[in-house]
Amino acid sequence: MNVIASTPTPAMPSSRNLILTLGSIAMMSGLLVVLTFQLTAPRIAANKQRALEKAIFTVLPSATQSRSYILSESGLTELAEGETVQDEKQAVYTGYDADGKLTGLAMVASARGYQDVVKVLYGYSLETACVTGITVLQSTETPGLGDKVDSDKDFLANFDCLDARLNGDGTAVANPIVTVKSGTKENPWEIDAISGATVTSTAVGNGLRESTSRMLPLLGRHASSIQMELTD
Amino acid sequence: MVKDPRAPEQLSWETFSVGLWKENPVFVMLLGLCPVLAVTNTAKNALAMGLATTFVLLCSGVLVSLLRKVIPKQVRIASYIIIIATFVTIIDYSIQAIDLELHKALGAFIQLIVVNCVILGRAEAYASKNPVANAAINALGMGLGFTFALLCLGVVREILGSGSLFGMDLFGPAFQPWAVFVLPPGGFFVLAFWLFVFSVYRKRKARSQSQQEELANAA
Repeated sequence: MNVIASTPTPAMPSSRNLILTLGSIAMMSGLLVVLTFQLTAPRIAANKQRALEKAIFTVLPSATQSRSYILSESGLTELAEGETVQDEKQAVYTGYDADGKLTGLAMVASARGYQDVVKVLYGYSLETACVTGITVLQSTETPGLGDKVDSDKDFLANFDCLDARLNGDGTAVANPIVTVKSGTKENPWEIDAISGATVTSTAVGNGLRESTSRMLPLLGRHASSIQMELTD
Repeated sequence: MVKDPRAPEQLSWETFSVGLWKENPVFVMLLGLCPVLAVTNTAKNALAMGLATTFVLLCSGVLVSLLRKVIPKQVRIASYIIIIATFVTIIDYSIQAIDLELHKALGAFIQLIVVNCVILGRAEAYASKNPVANAAINALGMGLGFTFALLCLGVVREILGSGSLFGMDLFGPAFQPWAVFVLPPGGFFVLAFWLFVFSVYRKRKARSQSQQEELANAA
């Protein structure tokens, strides 16, 4: 006791004072954050929408307009204008050319890569039953190596027409998509990996396999509800 | 109140320039090196990160200085962190609203500005002891010094690692980029190179100054 008493310490402010100060600072900061969130939310949503649209038109190059759908066991439901997709994995985006004819579908595939989840948007053609192109939506892969999946011409050539046909009774993809070692692609459903970026290439392949095996049989069952032509 | 070892500083050019040069947070104090190494793979990322940090430094410096007489000593660190985190969240949302691509490129490092020791260091060592104007000017100097350092790294790494500057191609298709410079090791190499350059320069300057003094004494 004596030791403590002998060291002169500045008077401790009351706890009420401390709590009050911290509380009001926290309140003020909460107010500022909410204000910023409110102010920026519409622009952020618009930016995200624009990024997604850009991605859709990248994988469906001949498309000029698109519609969003949600595909589930019960069928295909169109999203109203301005409504956002809740679960990306169930989203189907349709692309229409200038004459309003359906040019293809775009869907999201994701799988674990080297650093984090790699999320790609892929185009799918109903006529040829092919995956027709990919673009990376989200990736934190190594610059110069893993991020080449978005730019390497030889790798992207895999997706000129990557076979994703359904089997005879339409319950599954006939030949699941698989990534093979660089330079050993033999079948149209195989993806030739980028040498030096095998993990990321495999992640793209895994994501596509998972998404096509889940979505395409469902899509086959509900194909009649896809709008083939825009009427307006 | 505990007695302040430093009396509030007079506002002068020094208040601003100290962060740019004499106490440059990166090249002299070696603080906040995590973002310095991580997001300087292109000049654009470096500039954006530097400006975001400057914004947080400036706003938190002003607020901490305004509240310096209100915040009890016992809860000061907690208060500073709340204030800093608030401005980091604000800049995070703002960058998302301005450019989503940029936000993607900077990734987690925006949020990590909260724990950048340059900012907390300024709040504790300067803003909490000085009037608002001094705190703002000092924070601005520090922020620009930090941005300058990030740009030094970003420019070199982008030119060597991607053969471009601010996204503009410099050397044409014949140039084989040194990918290592946009990878983490490149960050260390370039940082070491700049630290070397700056310390050689400072040594030279100090030496010539002392020589001049000797000459003056001899005369």
